[in-house]
Amino acid sequence: MKNIVSKKVENMQPSGIRAFFDLVLGMKDVISLGVGEPDFVTPWPIREAGIYSLEQGFTSYTSNKGLYKLRLGLNRFLKHKYGLEYCPDEEMLITVGVSEGVDLAMRAIINPGDKIIVPIPSYVSYGPVAELAGAKVAYVDTTQDDFKLTPKTLTKAIDKKVKAVILNYPANPTGVSYTKKELEELSKVMIRHDLLCLSDEVYDDLTYDFGHTPLATLKGMKNRVIYLNGFSKGFAMTGWRVGYVCAPPEIIAAMTKIHQYTIMCVSITSQMAASEALISGARSVQEMKREYNRRREFFIDGLNSIGLSCKKPQGAFYAFPGIKKFGLSSLEFSQRLLKDKKVAVVPGTAFGACGEGYLRMSYASSSDNLKEALLRMGGFLKGLK
Amino acid sequence: MEEILEILEKDCRASAEDIAKMTGKKTAAIKQAIKKLEKEGVILKYKAVINRELVRDVDSQVRALIEVNIAPQKDLGFDKIAERVYSFPEVSSCYLISGTYDLLLVVEGKDLQAVARFVAEKLAPLEHVKGTATHFLLKKYKEDGVILKHREENKRIAISY
Repeated sequence: MKNIVSKKVENMQPSGIRAFFDLVLGMKDVISLGVGEPDFVTPWPIREAGIYSLEQGFTSYTSNKGLYKLRLGLNRFLKHKYGLEYCPDEEMLITVGVSEGVDLAMRAIINPGDKIIVPIPSYVSYGPVAELAGAKVAYVDTTQDDFKLTPKTLTKAIDKKVKAVILNYPANPTGVSYTKKELEELSKVMIRHDLLCLSDEVYDDLTYDFGHTPLATLKGMKNRVIYLNGFSKGFAMTGWRVGYVCAPPEIIAAMTKIHQYTIMCVSITSQMAASEALISGARSVQEMKREYNRRREFFIDGLNSIGLSCKKPQGAFYAFPGIKKFGLSSLEFSQRLLKDKKVAVVPGTAFGACGEGYLRMSYASSSDNLKEALLRMGGFLKGLK
Repeated sequence: MEEILEILEKDCRASAEDIAKMTGKKTAAIKQAIKKLEKEGVILKYKAVINRELVRDVDSQVRALIEVNIAPQKDLGFDKIAERVYSFPEVSSCYLISGTYDLLLVVEGKDLQAVARFVAEKLAPLEHVKGTATHFLLKKYKEDGVILKHREENKRIAISY
């Protein structure tokens, strides 16, 4: 049979570093700084709630939008935490992680020919998912602006076809975040040009140097923000796959249409556990945040002292140091570091072409691991000189 | 201060240099703070948490929780008699508790007889001790916040976005 695979999918950019990933997965005794998830296990009270729900026989579908209990919990949680008010009936949808939320949001808003602005380096899915939904993607290189979108670079990227911008802060892979003031500046541009914004704030709990400001709390923004968040990072619940979207009713209604046909609903066990996370998880979240913050201070200091210059990231659990001065490409550097010293990192190019010359290192790893990785990398760099 | 304690409580081998880096403070300041905590008796001791089930330690093979009923003394309350009790090397922990009994002891010995002998010959005959109830420990699951089992292996895949 010819043309088995759809042209659209065939044309999707394959990840250039898949082979490198396979290499890492095949090796033993590697210290991995390549993991994009917390190293903590989900706090026990949350796990226990999941187990209890199974014992009680909660094994059915839930409403498409998600358990009402969970949406109501989120309504209170967001009100209390940020003063954000979203109606649990009409302005909320529980999704399979933020990943599904991003996909649904794109599919719900994009018409053929629409453009989406994606600042890079960025999380891997934004561009491909937008393209799958039929959009053209305008990538904005942020490497000259400390990896941040600025009113200037945003304005420059806007033309009549641009429908929405995607923001992710604190960001994977760079760890940068935006202050309230920076967000206000960006929001003015979005309002002036009547743009929507997909705001992926899944790392919001892991903001260290200033308070996190949800974009939707800014003046004039709530009706144009698709607020994406989830339980994966803050509550260490990656494998449960629970995210949520808050947005104006017409957008949620459109997203729910797609969601009900493709996903139906998120696993009830996961939703029950997530519900408990909102009630009893806060203490664990704060504990984990303090631990990440200490590792951040320790690791960034260590990177700089072995000669990998790196600005202190304000959030998430990633460092994104530059390696241009060593004369190796990101992929070569990562391959050699893995082979010579058994330390795994992710080449910056995984997150967009402009990630060349950078590496993503996750400090969601024990202090002992971080210490050993720094030692090994220090030795590796000495060998390069 | 609280932050230093949180770090040391998790890993008492963390050096002042490392703690300084983690907290963004100067090493000298951390050293000074730790000294102060030690001096004030906030930090009493640095020790390892050992899973005794995996080592042959003849002197503390058997542990028992012992509830002790005491007649308090005038002016001295329970403190004087508690001191006499906790001074025995067999007593590894000693608490004054509310409820039916007064003191709760953790006692260690090389076998059942050793613990029984301690109760019969040392503890029970003490003046003011009105009665004891001994519970031998069968299995230890968690102690001082540490779950006693082999270190769990890493469950995350080595590389992901």
